[in-house]
Amino acid sequence: MPNLSLKKVPIPEQEPQIRNRNFAEVAFGYTPEMAMEESTRCLQCKHKPCVAGCPVRVRIPEFIEKVASGDFEEAYHIITSTNFLPAVCGRVCPQETQCEQVCVRAIKGESVAIGRLERFVADWYMENRKPRLEKAADRNKKVAIVGSGPAGLTCASDLAKLGYDVTIFEAFHVPGGVLMYGIPEFRLPKVIVQEEIDNLRKLGVKIETNMVIGKILTLDELHEMGYEAIFIGTGAGLPSFMKIPGENLNGVYSSNEFLTRINLMKAYKFPDWDTPIKVGKRVAVVGGGNVAMDAARSAKRLGAEEVYIVYRRSETELPARLEEVHHAMEEGIIFKLLTAPVEVVGNEQGWVTALRCIEMELGEPDSSGRRRPIEKKGSEFTLPMDTVVVAIGTSPNPLIKMTTPGLVTQKWGGIVVDEHTMATSRPGVYAGGDAVTGAATVILAMGAGKTAAEAIDAYLTTGVNPVSPEDEACVLGSNKEEY
Amino acid sequence: MYPIVHKQILNPTVVRLDVSAPLIARKARPGQFIMLRTDEEGERIPLTIADYDREKGIVSIIFQLVGKTTQTLSEMNEGDSILDFVGPLGVASHLEGYKRVAVIGGGLGTAIAYPQAKALHQMGAVVDIIAGFRNKDLVILEDEMRAACTNLYLTTDDGSYVRKGFVTDVLNEQIDAGAGYDLVIAIGPLIMMKMIANLTRPYGIHTIVSMNSIMVDGTGMCGGCRLTVGGETKFACVDGPDFDGHLVDFDEAMRRSQIYKNNEKESMDKHICRLTGKES
Repeated sequence: MPNLSLKKVPIPEQEPQIRNRNFAEVAFGYTPEMAMEESTRCLQCKHKPCVAGCPVRVRIPEFIEKVASGDFEEAYHIITSTNFLPAVCGRVCPQETQCEQVCVRAIKGESVAIGRLERFVADWYMENRKPRLEKAADRNKKVAIVGSGPAGLTCASDLAKLGYDVTIFEAFHVPGGVLMYGIPEFRLPKVIVQEEIDNLRKLGVKIETNMVIGKILTLDELHEMGYEAIFIGTGAGLPSFMKIPGENLNGVYSSNEFLTRINLMKAYKFPDWDTPIKVGKRVAVVGGGNVAMDAARSAKRLGAEEVYIVYRRSETELPARLEEVHHAMEEGIIFKLLTAPVEVVGNEQGWVTALRCIEMELGEPDSSGRRRPIEKKGSEFTLPMDTVVVAIGTSPNPLIKMTTPGLVTQKWGGIVVDEHTMATSRPGVYAGGDAVTGAATVILAMGAGKTAAEAIDAYLTTGVNPVSPEDEACVLGSNKEEY
Repeated sequence: MYPIVHKQILNPTVVRLDVSAPLIARKARPGQFIMLRTDEEGERIPLTIADYDREKGIVSIIFQLVGKTTQTLSEMNEGDSILDFVGPLGVASHLEGYKRVAVIGGGLGTAIAYPQAKALHQMGAVVDIIAGFRNKDLVILEDEMRAACTNLYLTTDDGSYVRKGFVTDVLNEQIDAGAGYDLVIAIGPLIMMKMIANLTRPYGIHTIVSMNSIMVDGTGMCGGCRLTVGGETKFACVDGPDFDGHLVDFDEAMRRSQIYKNNEKESMDKHICRLTGKES
């Protein structure tokens, strides 16, 4: 008899007014008892809509069945047969628009807490078991992975397990990409990312940090060094600005800079760590995606008294995960919706003093399907402000494109690939993740890394690409304000 | 890890380190820079590549002690290693096709201008180096500069060496005397580069300046190094560091250079406390 509770077993969390002053993780995670109770809510549907809703096809009912019976170890092996970063995905995947959205239990009541269960299983395994490192026989073929975010890590993991000699090249001093520099500690503890990366090293994957490919080595040189296939997973690191007056004033940050200083460079530990950050008493974060929520919640934790989300559409259109919006509201973030900045105002010394805004209303739906915001004439107003963080999106970094002749990209910078193989216009070169789609999610990047790994394996086995990109060029996604 | 193979103290506040970084040395060109981090808690800072030896695999940096990171770096010795060393970053200087060039360096800027002068000189251009320092004790690279140019003009603010005055005085005189420069490269404090650009603007002499902005990653990701050039926002790390001096908004750049001034002092004071065991 399934557990007929309409609600998920609640997950213990830090109190909002306590957690908004520290960087420790917000949610503590399920206990084994909670996980077993929640897992009995799963109906074990035969048609498994949740699996189809997952970009990497995690065998969800199967792992949940194991959790219900207390066999957490086997649950872990079922998850990791298709998803190599469960501790990460359990925390940052937008389950409510993927697996949980199509869960039969969600028709009446809340879906099964798939994300929380995935996280529980991953955390339990990390704490209680040693990773099982299974590798196929050595293939004696070298593959280079450029970028160590979710796409690159997944591609590397799959290829290493198939017996390839894999080297990851990372531009920063630590691997992990957006998992390290972008997503804050309170949402994704960095020790978890590091543990996953350590497991990858144990699989024999080499990681070379401080390597800006395109500068120190070109793709052609990597080929000359014996890398027979290359996967580009360089992400969408180029920040967009609003192009309004005053944007270069002191105290205006891109969300990339703001979050990198905090997450990667540990500016919240200044002066014990050397990298500083300037957070005033009043902070405005422009944008409504997960990145904007992360920046706003970080600003609050750094001591800002009033933190605003300034977003030009309404609450319904906020691209951030619902959970993140709720968390932000609980923590006291003030939402200025239907509001668009028109100017950053500064003083004579060049510091921000205010954000001049205009009210918006929603018109007809635009190409994204969301109702288009229109300015309300004469509704300008001024919010006094010390710090402004611009979190309106990012596009792919152009460094690889600039130094790789023959690599076809979209006008906005995304690398053009064949959607079935992730093959680019250059033979032996594959790409995936935000470098292809523009800013999207961790799990989509992982899916792309997986697809590319299969195609690279086929290419290195047969010597040909299954499909040529000229025949079937494909645009994946667009610039969205999300991870 | 990137071992320091040679250390040279150029003056009481300026140090040169030759660092073993073979892959970077293979690609480095004048005008490019590296990012470094000395230790786990350290900041990432950009430093211009002062010289490189492709065969020996060495990249040289010359820096002034201005904050915590450069202080820590100056305390390192031959045999020590720098934790992170990334490059070569930025766009290399475009030096082709010039015949008569003035390369101007102010203080530490002379160390950054030197490789450009050397490259131009080797390419057959007639090169005047104009190098300014606050006083005699701070003069660096005099012999190297002399070997890399046709005429070397040294100035000191207080007149304690060669000639009293500023680099702008010399440039003004040379232009008036009909030097016929087709390029001026100015590298030094922002105020100096601004003055040079103002001086050459009426003559229409192409003037390149090197912008050493605040950066985190150095690869176009953070946008902290943004500046206004000809009314457009540019990133010093990927669009520069060289820019047309006549188009740079120096006043904005000077304001932006002050963002972390208080923090830098706090960080430095703490470092000194650690060294001396004294409260600041």
